[in-house]
Amino acid sequence: MLARIQVPAQAKRGEIITIRIAIQHPMETGYRPDHFGRRIPRNVIHTLVVRFAGAEVFRADMGSGVSANPFLQFHVRAEAGGEFTFDWVDDTGAKGSERATLNVV
Amino acid sequence: MMLMIPRRRFLLACTALAAAPLISRAQGDPRRQALLREITGGPLPSAGRVLVDTPPLADNGHSVPLRVVIDSPMTAAERVRRITILAERNPRPIVASYVLGPLCARAEISTRIRLADIQEVIAVAEFSDGSWWMGGTRVIVTELACLEDG
Repeated sequence: MLARIQVPAQAKRGEIITIRIAIQHPMETGYRPDHFGRRIPRNVIHTLVVRFAGAEVFRADMGSGVSANPFLQFHVRAEAGGEFTFDWVDDTGAKGSERATLNVV
Repeated sequence: MMLMIPRRRFLLACTALAAAPLISRAQGDPRRQALLREITGGPLPSAGRVLVDTPPLADNGHSVPLRVVIDSPMTAAERVRRITILAERNPRPIVASYVLGPLCARAEISTRIRLADIQEVIAVAEFSDGSWWMGGTRVIVTELACLEDG
């Protein structure tokens, strides 16, 4: 799964940084028929977890009401340098993950 | 920057107040109450402190930009733990739920959601003191999601 994660490479200690996540995914609702009139089964990224140095920072539980190619933005305080990890999983069990390193000066 | 915070909080409080009548009028609706209780696990949230920011008129119900801003200092002692988005007229009314960990510095999230009908989009927030607050805004959608394909 293609994803674009935006974390600033560098921040001052105590600064509030913005994290943006965009993942390429159809977020199939389960209500949509295919060309033969059969219902396409639901397939959404139901869980996304963001961790910093192993500790959970942010978690999203999502359903079919979230748009295709889900986008998320939130704000984190840069206390120390380290690595953010992003992990998500969809209804088919397909997993995706990304990482980004933040340097605190 | 120091000046900005009280002003931002003041404006937030104003908008939350303006949205309050809409919410409280519909508070008696039994279906809404059931959904709110499902989210909170019992108590009904109070109206206020939560601002839901969407375009008032969204062309495309498949992707409606949504921002939720909550009046909370986000200190260790006083913070927002969870935000849940509710769109009652969607086939699945509970759209998404976000857990904000201790590093989250603002009680604010942005995303994009699907709306199946013209409706009030509600955000419910759980605060660290165990209180529940909510706010909402009415969104008019010209092309609805869940109809046709796409």
